[in-house]
Amino acid sequence: MTQSIYRIQYNRQLTADVWEMRLEGDTGAITAPGQFINIRLDGLFLRRPISICDWDGQGITIIYKVVGKGTAALGGMEQGQELDVLCGLGNGFDVSRCGERTLVIGGGVGVPPMYGLAKALLRAGKTPVAILGFNKKEEIFYEDRFRELGIETTVTTVDGSYGVKGFVTDALPEEYGYFCACGPLPMLKAVYNAAATSGLLSFEERMGCGFGACMGCSCRTKYGNKRICKDGPVLEKEEIIW
Amino acid sequence: MVDTSVTLSGIRLDNPVIPASGTFGYGAEFAELYDINCLGTFSFKGTTQEPRFGNPAPRIAETPGGMLNAVGLQNPGVEKVIAEELPRMRGFFHKPVMANVSGFSIGEYVRTCALLDREEQVGWLEVNISCPNVHGGGMAFGSSPEAAAAVTRAVKAVTGKPVYMKLSPNVTDIAAVARACEEAGADGVSLINTLLAMRIDLKTKKPLLANGTGGLSGPAVFPVAVRMVYQVYEAVSIPIIGMGGVSSAEDVIEMMLAGASAVEVGAANLVNPFACRDIVRDLPGVMEKYGINSLTEIIGGAHHG
Repeated sequence: MTQSIYRIQYNRQLTADVWEMRLEGDTGAITAPGQFINIRLDGLFLRRPISICDWDGQGITIIYKVVGKGTAALGGMEQGQELDVLCGLGNGFDVSRCGERTLVIGGGVGVPPMYGLAKALLRAGKTPVAILGFNKKEEIFYEDRFRELGIETTVTTVDGSYGVKGFVTDALPEEYGYFCACGPLPMLKAVYNAAATSGLLSFEERMGCGFGACMGCSCRTKYGNKRICKDGPVLEKEEIIW
Repeated sequence: MVDTSVTLSGIRLDNPVIPASGTFGYGAEFAELYDINCLGTFSFKGTTQEPRFGNPAPRIAETPGGMLNAVGLQNPGVEKVIAEELPRMRGFFHKPVMANVSGFSIGEYVRTCALLDREEQVGWLEVNISCPNVHGGGMAFGSSPEAAAAVTRAVKAVTGKPVYMKLSPNVTDIAAVARACEEAGADGVSLINTLLAMRIDLKTKKPLLANGTGGLSGPAVFPVAVRMVYQVYEAVSIPIIGMGGVSSAEDVIEMMLAGASAVEVGAANLVNPFACRDIVRDLPGVMEKYGINSLTEIIGGAHHG
């Protein structure tokens, strides 16, 4: 983990309430896709954890949905402004565990970390297959970005206004070797129950520190108590206790 | 050269800065970030006789100028702390550590303290009789002078190490509880633990924390803590470890002027993992700015003439 100052390169709206922000700064602490950053914001005591969507040697891309004070403050920020960020938090997805043909399943704001994961799987010579779930057509983002990677991409919408009607579980292919998922808890549970293979699931929890000190985000697993922020957010399917 | 050193029950600290229990784990997460030997010491995660998972999530909520927590004393239990955490700690921390102990009965406090008493690494026992987030123990002992005295006497009987009783602010008269601890043989008192508090989610119309209530900490509570340290300083002659919302070198000095011999830093560690290192670094400059040569000399300074 590192603490440093990042400069906003751009902050642009993707949908009515989802934004994409590019932060320029040190990315040396990032070890895996699915890790997150923790952002300090003026006037708010606790930092705000946001998953890393994509990164390179110069900076980080994050995607966030405006749901509360913290994300509203982020949405109001402009190019050139600086942010105090803890970077490289959490375990992230272990690409070496993923099979040859791995399903990359994202729901809503669970989609962003799956983009970085899809790129990492491609770099590792594997074949990711993306399933992206949204409520309706107007909420879809990053479909084109996944397709630009040249990977098989299916979009589902709950109301059927675009792509496959239904949930991500309605679009599971016949054959795959592994799965990785990030999204709302009901989606994770549905994927867990429907999946034919082993896999990794990324969880969300209210956090205090984000780096394992406060025990604010602990959960029970079959492998013992874990801190979502430090030992997670990615857990193995086999260890999860619902 | 200014002198930042202070003494707690005969043990010299290079400086009065002590990360507070529950915000610093057993030190390992912070030792990855900086050399934590720059600290006066640290108070490790509240340890109980048996392993505890704590309360259900969510355990954390934000407040203006601070936060609520209802972790509920998650810890691996004293035996595992002694078998695993203390040996690991020896690899990165070379000063006496403060062992924070909690319990649900006097017998449990006694057994946990007796086990930690044998550990050379432990410099002081900080006995938490003020956790607001557990039921049937914790704060109950800190809520009355008689119960606080009973825990103090029982613990003092099984340890030769200095015993600091950690007091609750959720009482009518904290000075009376502090006096009772002193009379029962406490070597010092630590205050304040968190303030019992609640937030309610307008969307669900239910408390934000699964536990309902939680403990308020952070800068919002600092003036309350300063006031209580000031009052307790007038009531007792044993050393006070002051805490509650401390987040800068200036806050440390203010707390010492109120009467603290050393100062714990809690919630600030969770927002800035380098908070304690920065405070230690800033102390000499702030002392010079205010014409302070020795921190020991300013303890309780706000009370004199």
